[in-house]
Parts: sequence; C-alpha cells; structure tokens
Amino acid sequence: MVATTETINQVKTTTDKYKYGFSTEIEVDKAPKGLNEDIIRFISQKKDEPKWMLDWRLEAFKKWKRMEKPNWAKVSFPDIDFQDIYYYAAPKAKKKLNSLEEVDPELLKTYEKLGIPLNEQKMLAGVAVDAVFDSVSVATTFREKLSEVGVIFCPISEAIKNHPDLVKKYIGSVVPVTDNYYTALNSAVFTDGSFVYIPKGVKCPMELSTYFRINEKNTGQFERTLIVVEDEGYVSYLEGCTAPQRDENQLHAAVVELVAMNKSQIKYSTVQNWYPGDEQGKGGIYNFVTKRGKCLGENSKISWTQVETGSSITWKYPSCILMGDNSIGEFYSVAITNNAQQADTGTKMIHIGKNTKSTIISKGISAGKSQNTYRGQVQIQKGAYNARNFTQCDSLLIGDTCSAHTVPYINQHVSNAKVEHEATTSKISEDQLFYCMQRGLDAEQATSMIVNGFCKEVMKELPMEFAVEAQKLIGISLEGSVG
Amino acid sequence: MPILEIKNAELSIDNKKILKGLSLNVNEGETHAIMGPNGSGKSTLSYMLAGRDGYELDNGSINFENIDLTPLSPDERSNLGLFLAFQYPVELPGVSSTNFLREIFNSRKKYLGENELSHLDFIKLLRKVAENLSIKDEMLKRYVNFGFSGGEKKRFEILQMALLDPKISVLDETDSGLDVDALKIVSEGVNNLKDKKNAVVVITHYQRLLDYIKPDIVHIMSDGKIIKSGDADLALYVEKNGYSEILNEKS
Repeated sequence: MVATTETINQVKTTTDKYKYGFSTEIEVDKAPKGLNEDIIRFISQKKDEPKWMLDWRLEAFKKWKRMEKPNWAKVSFPDIDFQDIYYYAAPKAKKKLNSLEEVDPELLKTYEKLGIPLNEQKMLAGVAVDAVFDSVSVATTFREKLSEVGVIFCPISEAIKNHPDLVKKYIGSVVPVTDNYYTALNSAVFTDGSFVYIPKGVKCPMELSTYFRINEKNTGQFERTLIVVEDEGYVSYLEGCTAPQRDENQLHAAVVELVAMNKSQIKYSTVQNWYPGDEQGKGGIYNFVTKRGKCLGENSKISWTQVETGSSITWKYPSCILMGDNSIGEFYSVAITNNAQQADTGTKMIHIGKNTKSTIISKGISAGKSQNTYRGQVQIQKGAYNARNFTQCDSLLIGDTCSAHTVPYINQHVSNAKVEHEATTSKISEDQLFYCMQRGLDAEQATSMIVNGFCKEVMKELPMEFAVEAQKLIGISLEGSVG
Repeated sequence: MPILEIKNAELSIDNKKILKGLSLNVNEGETHAIMGPNGSGKSTLSYMLAGRDGYELDNGSINFENIDLTPLSPDERSNLGLFLAFQYPVELPGVSSTNFLREIFNSRKKYLGENELSHLDFIKLLRKVAENLSIKDEMLKRYVNFGFSGGEKKRFEILQMALLDPKISVLDETDSGLDVDALKIVSEGVNNLKDKKNAVVVITHYQRLLDYIKPDIVHIMSDGKIIKSGDADLALYVEKNGYSEILNEKS
C-alpha cells in the first residue's frame, strides 16, 4: 500500500483513459509489409548478422509455414493476417552514437513522457537501461560499469556479432524454435531484445532494466531476450512496457529464455501496460509471449514476477524447467482485466530433478466485461523424487459482467512428490467498499486499496521502484469499474 | 446548534418497513444513547445515517448542519464529519493498518483544506493516539481488522474516530463482545474525544456501556420509532425493569 496516495492522484489526474496514448514522429526505416524469405534476409542484413544466424532464421521460417495457430486458450479475436504486418521498423540511425546527446531528441522526449529514466537521475538510482524503441536498441547505458565485473548487457543483435559463441550455444535451448506457432515466427523475424550474461560467481551490481515500447503503426514486435547466469551468479532483470494508442491491433510475440547454472539465481520482473484497446477492446495490443527459464544447474533458482494490466489479449505462461536437483521455480502473477480485455495466463512448472520445488501465486482481477483465465501446469516427471509444488490461485471479480476461470493441469509420475493446489474466487464485497467509504475514501480509492491488498503477496516480490509503478497501474486500469 | 436533525424517517428493506417515522435531534456538545430491544431498527438507523446502498429513505429528511444528507454518498457524509463505529468492523486482507489509517487521515485533511502529514509526522501522531487506546505497534503492522480480536477491532474503530475527529460519531453496539477492561479503554477513548463542539450517539442494547459513557439524553427505540426519551435515569430504569414495561405503556 506504499503508493496508494500516488495511485489516487494518478487516477484523479488521468483524464485520458490511457496516459501513454501518444506517438512520436520519427523517421522510420522499414521493410515492406508481409513475410517471406526476402524479408528475413532483409532483416538479417539490416542487423549485419553472420550467416549462421540467417540460416537459423530461414530454417525457423520453413517450420513456421507448416505450423498452425494455437486455439486452446480461452481468448477470441479476428484472424491475424500475417502478410499485413511490417516485420521491421527502426528509427533511422544517422550515425553511430557515442553518447545520449547524439540520440534523436524526439526519441528522448518520448522516453521522458514515459518516465523512462535514461538520464542521470536513473544513474543515481543505479539502474542500467537498455531501451528498445520499436525494434532497435538506441541507447545503452552503464555498459562500462557492468563490463568491469564481466557482465554483458546489450541488445541481442550486438551479442550475435560480438558474442556469437554464447548466443549460438543458448538461443533456442530453452524455447525450441518449434515450441509453438509464435516462437517459430519470432525465431524467423525477431529484430531485437536484450542479452545478459553473468559470469561465474558474479552478483550483478545493479538491477537490469529494459523498457519496451511499440511505436510504429502496424509493426509487430518480435523481441528475443536471452539471459544466461553462470555458477553462483545472480541477476535481477526488470521489464516494463507501455505503448501508444492505435486503431489497429498490434501483434507482439516475444520470446524470453533464461538459463541458470549451479547455485545461480535469476529474478525476472515484468510490469506490462500495453494499450488495452478502447472500452470495446478495439485497437489493443495482442500479447502472445513465450517466456521460459531452465534451472540447468543444481540449487539454482528462477523467479518470475509479473503484473499484467494492459493488452487487449494476453497469452502468456512464464515457465520453469527444473532440471538441476534442488532447483526452485517461482511464479508470482497479478493479471488485471477490465472492459473487453482477455487474459489467458499462468505458468508451467516442469519438475525433472530431485527435491525440486515450485511455488505459484496467481491473482486474477476482472472488471467490466473482461475474461481472466489462469492456466497452469505442474508436471512431476519420473525421477523427480521428493518434488514439491504449491499453487494458489485467487480471483477477484468487480461487477457482474466479467468472468474468471482457473484451469490447473497436474501430471504426477512420482509417488512421493507433493502437489498442492488452492483456488478461491471472491467479489469485492459491498461491506468492504462501504467500510472504506465510510472513512471518507471515494469508490475508486476504496477499490484500488482493496485490490492492492488482494495483490499484496505478489507486489511484495517486485523490486521497490517497480512496485510503486505497479500500484499506480492497478489504480489506472480499474478506473471506471466501480461506482 | 443542531448537528443532526432526523425528521419522520421512513425506510424499508425488501418491502418491509423498518423505520416508521423516526425523529431525532442532536445538538453540539451532546451525548445521546439509543436503546432498544433486538430488531427495533437500531442498526438500520446507523446504516441509513452513513448512507449505505439500499438504506435510502422512503420519506422524511436527514440534515447535517443544515445540509440535506439524502443525496450524499457515504464518503461525502464522512467528509462532512459523520463517523460510524461499526458493530462488525470489516476485514481488509492485505491492506496494512498503518497505511489505511494514513490514507483516511490524509484524505480527511485534504477535504478540510489542511496540510497532509508526511509519513514520518503521521507515524508520530499515530503512535501517540494509539498509545491512549492501548494499541501496540505490532497491531498497526497487521492488516485492517484481519485476525483482530473483538476488543482489538473496537479499539481500532475508536482509533479511526480519533484520527478523523468527526463532528458526530455514531457508535453501533460498540460494547458488544468487549470485556470490562476493553470496555473501559474504549469508553475512555470516546470520552477523551468529546468536546463542546461535537456529539456522540451511542447505540446499545445494554445499559452497561452508559456507566462509562454518560449520556445527556436517552432514547428508547422500538418498532422503527423512538417511543420515549429522557435523561440518564431512563437507562437505569430499563436496566432494572426491562423494555417490556415501557413498550406496554405505549401500546
């Protein structure tokens, strides 16, 4: 509840339904619409990629053409015409940039409006920002400081050129190209994303943060992020998203892969606030993302924390493959849907190693006419002796035109494993609202407070500055849902 | 100066008449007690005053310092200075007590056009107020009313009352579920807040609470109306003879 006052002010001052609904006029260098081998060659050439990368992309494209779109999620939307999308758009690089002063001022203004701290303030706060604007990372800060301890944090396109052995070794190793329709598509056309490498025994000295932003009209964004942490390393990675208001749906199909070696730890936090569309759901972002982490080493740990408030459709299941003995997977999620938003989100915990443990805490909040589904799989494979899982799914309904669904899948192949699942569904009670209002809080303040309370267990997992942002978002996204 | 004027209030719930022409005037500086048997409409009266959904008047009027309360929402009524101590305070899981208190305190300050307190200044103030009610820091770290004992819940209500400094406080069965020690703490808390400018309305089934919070005027409520008013002795009379005699007298 730290930032509740701020939340309220935010709600009060936000007259536009969507604060970040602006776009920036920047010259854009883009490929023609549609997808074929030539477009892929164009992207690869633009990125100055080595041949092996191009071959990998072309192979993925071949496979993608033979695949079918998944339809098992509880979401509905008009068919996507994949030939009607731009697959490459980049702010025109006038020359190689050495410092922030050389960055397009228009671009910097956009960052400022978003509150993206690519400046000294943030430097003082100790966060390195690798900003992805449309598809190209324009500015990277803190790299020197990070490189002193041997940490690599750069756009993946640079990593492909400068650290080809690492990329080659791990890309596609957690999320195979043909994992699903959208991963194959991403593998063929991904344009940017981040690469993080934490060497053995290094605790990354700062939280790494990337702000994604979709800007160019009709540009699907296909980021690819790869994080590898060697033995006894640690990294906390923050991902935050906003997007300008658009009339046509924008497709976003990212792939995130995490690899954790012995006794290492990766904490991946997301606040997602993409344009959810208007009250009828028109014009929002389609967010079809595949995120997966592999606890390859013993005693390793991967934690996903997400606060999902945006997008018209969210299809996302950050997962953990617990291979190393004693490894730990965690998933903390808040998913808020309002108006016509649809979210089908959850996680997969695949227990392979002995004594592996996983925890799933999912909080779904639905308002308006929205649909909110938790879909989670817990798999205890043969050999995963003494594996443990605890799952808790709580749904909160605001009003009576929304719905919440919980779909757990449990596959257990070991007799001494223990899998617990708890699920609750509640409505914001009239008693609670009345109680808060009797103390002078208006309906929106009261709702925001009750909902933030409901999400407490997840919010406390977020890094401090993210938690503040996330609380504001909760207030904004439930605007107009009560009273 | 009248703070609260209720005239001929009629109210029904699910087509059943609960308040049947209730009138009550409360002036600055006064403490009123409303007593009555179960089902006489005492809690309905408190919800009606606070503006709860579904408790709108069919007939009659309620004025608060000459402002018509009927069109106002619960938060607007609260901001004017009307406080209701709940018979059953509501749990807010995940909402820390300290933050909740700061939130309502600053929201009231804002309404009054006064400066909101910084986190640190608020904590200092809160500590002081809480101490008077024997509320420990530990309790303020817990979630609002969550897992509080009956006595803790009631003390927490009075703590909120102290922070909001209302013009009129309606205490709905605040004595229920309290042992003698807790009753003393709560009553002292209420008495300390009492001054010449504000007013208290105590709704209670038993006379016991009135040993600690001395009423100026006692009303007997039955079947949706006030049927008899008098001074503190009326409460003692009820305690001794029960309600039946007064009820019979009227019928």
